[in-house]
Amino acid sequence: MKTTLLAAGLVTLAPWAWAETPVLTVLTYDSFATEWGPGPVIETGFEAICACDLRFVTAGDGAAVLARIRLEGTTSGADVVLGLDTTLTADATATGLFAPVKARPNALPVPFADPNFVPFDWGWFAMVYDTTKLATPPTSFEELAASDLKILIEDPRSSTPGLGLVMWVKAAYGPRAPQIWQALADNIVTVTPGWTEAYNMFLDGEADMVLSYTTSPAYHLIAEGDATKAAALFAEGHYMQVEVAGKLAASDQPALADAFLAYLTSDAAQTALITTNWMYPATMPAAGLPAGFETLIQPRTSLLLPAEQAQTARAPAIAEWAEALSK
Amino acid sequence: MTPTSPFSVGQGLRFLPGLVALVIAALTLGSAAMLWGRGTGLTGLGPSDWAAVRFTLTQAALSAVVSCLLAVPLARALFRRRFYGRNALIALLGAPFVLPVLVAVLGLLAIFGRAGPVNLGLTALNLPPVSIFGLQGVVLAHVFLNLPFATRMLLMSWQEIPAERFRLAASLSMGPRAMAWHLERPMLVRVLPGAFLAVFLICLTSFAVALTLGGGPRASTVELLIYQALRFEFDLSRAAKLAGLQFGLCAAVTLLVARAAFPFLHDAGRGAALTDLAFAPEGWRRLGDGAVIAMAVLFLGLPLLAVIWRGVPGLADLPQGTTLAALRSVLVALASAGLCVTLALTLSLAIAARGPGHRLLEIAGMLPLATSALVLGTGLFLMTRPWAPDSLALPVTVLVNAVLTLPFLIRLLLPPARRVTADYARLAGSLGLTGGAALRVLYLPRLRRPLAFGAGLAAALSMGDLGVIALFASERTQTLPLLASRLMGAYQMQAAAAVALVLVALSFALFALLDALGARDVDA
Repeated sequence: MKTTLLAAGLVTLAPWAWAETPVLTVLTYDSFATEWGPGPVIETGFEAICACDLRFVTAGDGAAVLARIRLEGTTSGADVVLGLDTTLTADATATGLFAPVKARPNALPVPFADPNFVPFDWGWFAMVYDTTKLATPPTSFEELAASDLKILIEDPRSSTPGLGLVMWVKAAYGPRAPQIWQALADNIVTVTPGWTEAYNMFLDGEADMVLSYTTSPAYHLIAEGDATKAAALFAEGHYMQVEVAGKLAASDQPALADAFLAYLTSDAAQTALITTNWMYPATMPAAGLPAGFETLIQPRTSLLLPAEQAQTARAPAIAEWAEALSK
Repeated sequence: MTPTSPFSVGQGLRFLPGLVALVIAALTLGSAAMLWGRGTGLTGLGPSDWAAVRFTLTQAALSAVVSCLLAVPLARALFRRRFYGRNALIALLGAPFVLPVLVAVLGLLAIFGRAGPVNLGLTALNLPPVSIFGLQGVVLAHVFLNLPFATRMLLMSWQEIPAERFRLAASLSMGPRAMAWHLERPMLVRVLPGAFLAVFLICLTSFAVALTLGGGPRASTVELLIYQALRFEFDLSRAAKLAGLQFGLCAAVTLLVARAAFPFLHDAGRGAALTDLAFAPEGWRRLGDGAVIAMAVLFLGLPLLAVIWRGVPGLADLPQGTTLAALRSVLVALASAGLCVTLALTLSLAIAARGPGHRLLEIAGMLPLATSALVLGTGLFLMTRPWAPDSLALPVTVLVNAVLTLPFLIRLLLPPARRVTADYARLAGSLGLTGGAALRVLYLPRLRRPLAFGAGLAAALSMGDLGVIALFASERTQTLPLLASRLMGAYQMQAAAAVALVLVALSFALFALLDALGARDVDA
């Protein structure tokens, strides 16, 4: 009995076992590698063709992933970094840690090309609401601000959706962004550290709307058979989040890393991402989108600041946001 | 004259306490220095940073004052009343303290939120609803988390008042008011500053509670700015500067309340109670005590019930990996508790011996209170980088949590260690009792209660850790809090609630189990 306990302890505490097959280490955000995330499917699928061992190392969210890479620098054990978005790619490129990747065609609604990064999925940010409680949702930020609806948003200083919202308002309204934020101030119930807190609180009925993605209702519809969630279509357009993966220049498995990036945009991986990451695929798989996705709103205008512009706009936009909401 | 102790510097374990102190200083100050050294930009602190400092201080001070003021009637009621379930209630006072923050916040929202019973009741009575968001919400959550802690501290001090004094007061025909003035007031004056300080320092480094319930950027705390500097701006020197600022705030407030001994005493607060209750006041005071206890049960119990309510439906279908994650969490908690108790005992005995440098040891023991877990974790990450952080995730989590809990355990162990040293040092000296023998025969049996309570506290706190493990963890080092947070990130709210419930139940069980180990005491 004692040896069993000891063995169990050793197994638990010793994460490494020597492997003879080459190991490809992918650094990604937390929810990617869970049982319900894309991680397990991608791992099985890639290991079937690569004669390698695919390992995920996780670090919080996209911003945490980038912070981790910056901390590790050239000594990082990771080969591939997966899950940065376009508000972070300019910073990532500036570190000089990423190697150029082979360009592949993508089906994004806006032209997207980055020599260092491969987009693997994308989504539109949106205010999500419950159709049983809200019959006619607002059709713009201005209408939302004029209403007495209560909303939950994420903090741009600690979460990527929060940052996406600030960029959304900035991209849609430009110099009028501070006025929009001031008008929205009395609608905002609270600003949470991350998506998790906000979405949980929305599901518990703390607010009428929450900042999430246009694809969030698809999760409830397809995975839970619950058709009561919907995203509000805003006339000024919806800001996009494009999730990308890149190869580290210091990787000791550059060929495997390239093979993985190719696999990531393959039909099999793209199909899996749709219903595990609940985002749109970067290249449309042959089978198309699963049933249920046709119920989602289709924004007519897609907003996305180019990476460099997003980088320079970030600090002033956050400052405007904080200033307007602190009044 | 200072009694010499079996642990005076110069005998036996000569270098050990100094070494421990050095390690702690290296971890706390070194991690900040590490960030400073790696930084490039030298951004100054702007007006919004100072606004964050003001909010941090305001919410921490308010939370501490309200927690302590409410703890006084509650501790007194628990001290002088006997009722069915009293021991269970006192044990349960440990529960909110071990709740993971998001779980606690969701529990509170279920009761005080827009759709909760409080606001439904107000609406039914045609009264305006109350909002849990804003400064009042931050204070409410901090009081929920810390009132039980403050109450237990005060309860211990109440039980320290010798029963003879109550008897004497009764024989002098003192009424309840006179007893309160002559017996309880001096105790509170001595003890409340320390309780205030403990809660204040806990709330000072608050991040998630303050942000989630604060309502917006007005509710920014220094810890949030550190997070932002580390995650988004990657301005390490700014993070180090902010950590230094936070450290300065902690030090300043600690000095202001200096001399206020933390009220942790040798008594873990159960069983040992006033045996002769003849002088517990009757009449309206009895009703008052009953009302206070009932309100506390509702305030602390309802959100806990909500946590259970949310978690139970998912229990039947726990995600794969829960058992392994639970095993890891328990092992980390036990290792962290063992390490923390060992470090705290080493330092406390050396400080109690009052050898040269004992003040420095005491300061080293308090250093971690002022440290941001995020800065400590990032510093350690940089330090351990050359040796694959993946394999070090769990050891580092153990170490960081042990160090962060150390100040509380030292405050818990120091007073009884001093008393044992004062009472027995001469005897031990004449018997030639030193080192390991003194530890076994003299100290361990007499420090059993605070050691057990402290081990329980340390275990429970490291069980809920998310700050450190998240920075280092991989798929293979998943703990329960990490699993819960990952599940929520993947829309699995019900599974996450179930995992959180398992986490809460396990940490509370560990805490209660370790705490109960100390139920017997030699001299008590």
